[in-house]
Amino acid sequence: MAETKPKPKIKKEAIEMRKQDPKVRAKNFSEVALGYDEAEALEEASRCLQCVKPQCIVGCPVEVPIPTFIKCIREKRFAEGVVALKGKNALPAVCGRVCPQEEQCQEKCILGKIGQPVSIGRLERYLADWEREHGFQLPERAKPTGKKVAIVGAGPAGLTAAADLIKLGHEVTMFEALHIAGGVLVYGIPEFRLPKVIVQNEVNYIQKLGVDLRLGNLVGRIHTIPELMKEGGYDAVFIGSGAGLPQFLNIPGENLGGLYSANEFLIRVNLMKAYKFPEYDTPIRLGKHVVVIGGGNVAMDCARCSMRLGANVCLLYRRSRDELPARKEEIENAEEEGLVCKFLAAPLRFHGDEKGWVKSMDCIAMELCEPDAKGRRSVKPIPGSEFSMEVDTVIIAIGQTPNPIIQMTTEGLQVNPKHGTINVDENGKTSLEGVYAGGDVATGAATVISAMGAGKRAAKAMHEYLMNKK
Amino acid sequence: MKTYEIVAKTELAPKEILFEIYAPDIAVKSLPGQFVIVIIGEKGERVPLTICGYDRKKGTVSFAFHEVGKTTKELGLLKVGDRIANVTGPLGKPSEIKKFGKVLCVGGSIMIAPMLLQAKAMKEAGNHVTTVIGARIKEALIMEKEAHAASDKAIVATDDGSQGHKGLDFLKELLKKEKFDHCVALGPVVMMKDVSEITKAFGIPTIVTLTPIMIDGMGMCGVCRVTVGGKMMFGCVDGPEFDGHKVDFDELILRQRLYLPEERVNSVLWEIGECKCGRNKA
Repeated sequence: MAETKPKPKIKKEAIEMRKQDPKVRAKNFSEVALGYDEAEALEEASRCLQCVKPQCIVGCPVEVPIPTFIKCIREKRFAEGVVALKGKNALPAVCGRVCPQEEQCQEKCILGKIGQPVSIGRLERYLADWEREHGFQLPERAKPTGKKVAIVGAGPAGLTAAADLIKLGHEVTMFEALHIAGGVLVYGIPEFRLPKVIVQNEVNYIQKLGVDLRLGNLVGRIHTIPELMKEGGYDAVFIGSGAGLPQFLNIPGENLGGLYSANEFLIRVNLMKAYKFPEYDTPIRLGKHVVVIGGGNVAMDCARCSMRLGANVCLLYRRSRDELPARKEEIENAEEEGLVCKFLAAPLRFHGDEKGWVKSMDCIAMELCEPDAKGRRSVKPIPGSEFSMEVDTVIIAIGQTPNPIIQMTTEGLQVNPKHGTINVDENGKTSLEGVYAGGDVATGAATVISAMGAGKRAAKAMHEYLMNKK
Repeated sequence: MKTYEIVAKTELAPKEILFEIYAPDIAVKSLPGQFVIVIIGEKGERVPLTICGYDRKKGTVSFAFHEVGKTTKELGLLKVGDRIANVTGPLGKPSEIKKFGKVLCVGGSIMIAPMLLQAKAMKEAGNHVTTVIGARIKEALIMEKEAHAASDKAIVATDDGSQGHKGLDFLKELLKKEKFDHCVALGPVVMMKDVSEITKAFGIPTIVTLTPIMIDGMGMCGVCRVTVGGKMMFGCVDGPEFDGHKVDFDELILRQRLYLPEERVNSVLWEIGECKCGRNKA
């Protein structure tokens, strides 16, 4: 009998990432997850099997060469790892923190079949943070093509498209309506999940590549897209204006004080830094009993910000725990910090005090129906199950749709009339020649990484278009 | 010249200031009825101010403000040659300017300045324009000369009767005597509410310019929501102009006051040098 080589022992368990203690972090806005140190990163990287046909790359919307950068970490060739990573992903410090890896690269990891998958997101974050500490290396740029590109919106889709297009040698101008670049990364995602200094670093990197960033410039009002192309001399335009229009419930009492759209609440807290009022000028008023309506990641962000501002928070969701659309990790984090969830209940109306502030809300219990053809379970109210809750603050986090300004001011741009999204093909091409779109403005509210993937695909298609254009 | 540099500063009345700033991109696109968002610095708030003039050749745009809160008091300290951190605009839908016939333009307090921009545009469109300018007291009344120049007839009113008519009751008499085809009103909410109630009785279409609390000013946050004809509208993107006969003014008054305590605290902290923003007055 031939002697078999002893198989190397595979570590089934991933290296946990250290977090701030829930009791401590529920009172501050500092980052919750603390990241790996070098020893932890090396150990986690050593778990990667370096598959011949890596499935993790298939699971990544921007096709990051994951095994390559993990191998670099393992061999302590960090600078090379950064180059491999950034060749595909211009915003790794962001993605390492907010990507739903459990549904993407890590879901495909072969180790997941026998234990926990490799913590790809944590390793990505490690490399990106290593680069920030050791100084950015600028990649080589292709020879100038003489083509001019306008990017509308400095969010994840726009930043990605801008980085790719400038590396390909095009001249890139990025128009951002707000006074700070980053889009949802600065106005939506809270500091404790994604420190704003990290976003600013990624923006600085893109500016160092040569992108001309124009802040406070609302396309559609200052320049329309046809004007950019005709008078501005831009050969192509990418629209990544996001999904910034908040949805309301359309029930009585919604205009009372103390009722916020998730957008208003998050813009006050994150973009305007209302948690530092009066150092920062924009205030936020939050009572002691906050109800967040909704069950997505945005709802979790609102709930966790509210707890940090000292409130008791109850999440009201009309379906059950199993249907919560938020990332599992976010729900766990929120519950550790003190979130109370009330499932299978929906609001009916709000009541206010004499000064116009909300003081209570009427709700109704819901029950789940059988799953529909798509497998989604709808809900119906249970007659006679009305109940009241005392509240002093309500945050409505039931979704966002695209802002209509560009669609309104761009003649010939085909839009989905029901969702307000811009119609695009698989490469982000719109109905207008030379105009591309991607991210939430084309898909409706989705994730940061899917917007980045769309920016990347559009950049590739735009490059082809520009190089073939006479 | 630097973008957002102050080109001219005029004190219209005590604490009522008119700025002309260099912002060629904004100037080219500005139209009556629109507004800009002004940010004073990194830690500053976003303050919406109605456009009250533009000069496309010079590349300037003008807005007026009343020094009432921290940011407007700070703006008031700026001098010609100083630069504002960021000005975003033009935002909101422009006014409907066309030939209506006889137009009544009512402006109150600092909003007289943007009202006159509309009055001039209405006159250029071939309308017969009557302006009414009003203020709390005689000393606070602004732009009387400009009102006379911009319109066929200008009428003055003050709350205390120290100059011109006392209050707005005279409007009823005026409307009994003269027939108007269109009315615009810009000013404090209570004034716009009163004007709308009076014109409604006479069936005169009335457009009011609302100035609810705003943050982004481009449809993202929804804090500027108002009820118009029973429907929720956003002041920033659906407005700022709405049918005065359909606006729920009482709700708007409550919503405008939501952050008064914080605004007062912040203003006082700034005055005494305790607000920690790094831009203390002291």
